[in-house]
Amino acid sequence: MARVTKEEKKQGIISAALKLFSEKGFYITTIPDIADKVGMSVGNFYNYFKSKDILAKELVLYISEYLGSQIREINERDITTEQKIYEIVSMYFSVAEKKPEMIEYFLRVYLSNREVFGDGCEGMICVSPFVTEMMMFFNDGVESGDLHDQDFFSAFGLFMGYLGGMVFLFGEKILPEPLDNYKDDIAQNIYNALKKR
Amino acid sequence: MHSKNAKKPKLLWLQGITCNGNTHSFLNLSSLDILLDKFELLHIPAFATQYTLEEIVECNLDCDVLIFEGTYDPLMRRADVALEKILLYYAKSASHIIAAGSCASFGGMFKAVAPERNSGILFDEEEKLGPLKEDEKKVINLSGCPIHPEWLAYILQMIVNNMNILLDELHRPLELYSPLAHHGCTRNEYFEWKVDAKSFGTKEGCLFYEQGCRAPMTHASCNKILWNEVSSKTRIGTPCFGCTEPDFPRKNLFKTKTNMSIPQDVPLGVPKRSYLTLAGIAKTFHIKRLEGKLIDYKTTP
Ligand code: SF4
Repeated sequence: MARVTKEEKKQGIISAALKLFSEKGFYITTIPDIADKVGMSVGNFYNYFKSKDILAKELVLYISEYLGSQIREINERDITTEQKIYEIVSMYFSVAEKKPEMIEYFLRVYLSNREVFGDGCEGMICVSPFVTEMMMFFNDGVESGDLHDQDFFSAFGLFMGYLGGMVFLFGEKILPEPLDNYKDDIAQNIYNALKKR
Repeated sequence: MHSKNAKKPKLLWLQGITCNGNTHSFLNLSSLDILLDKFELLHIPAFATQYTLEEIVECNLDCDVLIFEGTYDPLMRRADVALEKILLYYAKSASHIIAAGSCASFGGMFKAVAPERNSGILFDEEEKLGPLKEDEKKVINLSGCPIHPEWLAYILQMIVNNMNILLDELHRPLELYSPLAHHGCTRNEYFEWKVDAKSFGTKEGCLFYEQGCRAPMTHASCNKILWNEVSSKTRIGTPCFGCTEPDFPRKNLFKTKTNMSIPQDVPLGVPKRSYLTLAGIAKTFHIKRLEGKLIDYKTTP
């Protein structure tokens, strides 16, 4: 049997921790819980992450890099801004369905426990790969004449706030339909709100 | 070493359409007398020289160094002789031809009068469409609006000393135009931490984010070789207008072009993605010393 590399074990911890933190909450989840879930000793866990706080920050960076690389791939495609919006919405919803812990962690742990992330993860530090890619998206949209030029955060808030809200409703089981059923209208709404006028 | 009787190179200064700004700028050179003493001055407007313009346009002299100031207009006449004829005639005998300022280099400000017709003496913006194509190897562009007097002095000195002048692809001397105007600006620390100048003329803040500073995209040594030996645009709180580049003059010189708050142009050679990553992170930190007036900052509580 092939040996599990250190990097693979680290990935294992990251997935287990993401699930536990988003299901049980950040404070209730302990390091023994995580170690137990990946089948390693608590002592060994510390070889990978020095503390729960450090793990928590790494997780944000991990999610941000994951979403950033997905959006980058869309940004680099030769398609219209309107199509890019659709692709970003689809990608985000499919992550929310297939890897709900990622978005849940972001919304429920990162955004609600600012005290954990204050030191070393403040501002853009841990979310930079994701936000940078959204900046590239908006920059290209305005440069190509498709989007209305406005303050970055007004546009960013409209786009991500909308998606975050829908995923939240989905997570709370308030949405009557699967997320996928909403993506055409949502992408259209976002485009209508942001397009050049 | 030149002996006392060594033949001095003959210098001729011609003008196309110009505001005389380059002549005026040159007059500010503190070592002007010493420099000009190394040349035989055939004709320089605004100077008492050997020949009048009327004598020059007769086209029966020769020169070693030809300086041309102003935009080239093929329809223009000087002292009733076609400018084209005068320019082409003196270009033949000259060993060096200096385009003094951005108009002569790329077309500049006075190209706007007749953009289809007017150009620099070799370049029309970035393309070699000017009248001196045949003599292009001799042409040295000293762009700038106006020319920096010390850059002109520097190149004239190199010519007198028979030095090899290396040029970039736009024929600007590398010694003077490989740095960016951003190099040496006193506001570099504000650029690093992305702290804005709140208005013009302040001592604090960087002018890149709001006020249109083009220095990180502009080849020039304004902040290394200072103006009048004391200052530069950005040091006193005015944005660099990118006046040494072929696309000068641009519109909206006092405003940074942004797309959703993201600068359209980022420092030369830096990918926009990398710039945004770094800028976003730098902005996260609030450095107290850089946020207020320098003079008010207390090092002790
Ligand atoms: S003001 Fe201009 S030259 Fe000075 S640091 Fe800012 S960008 Fe650079």
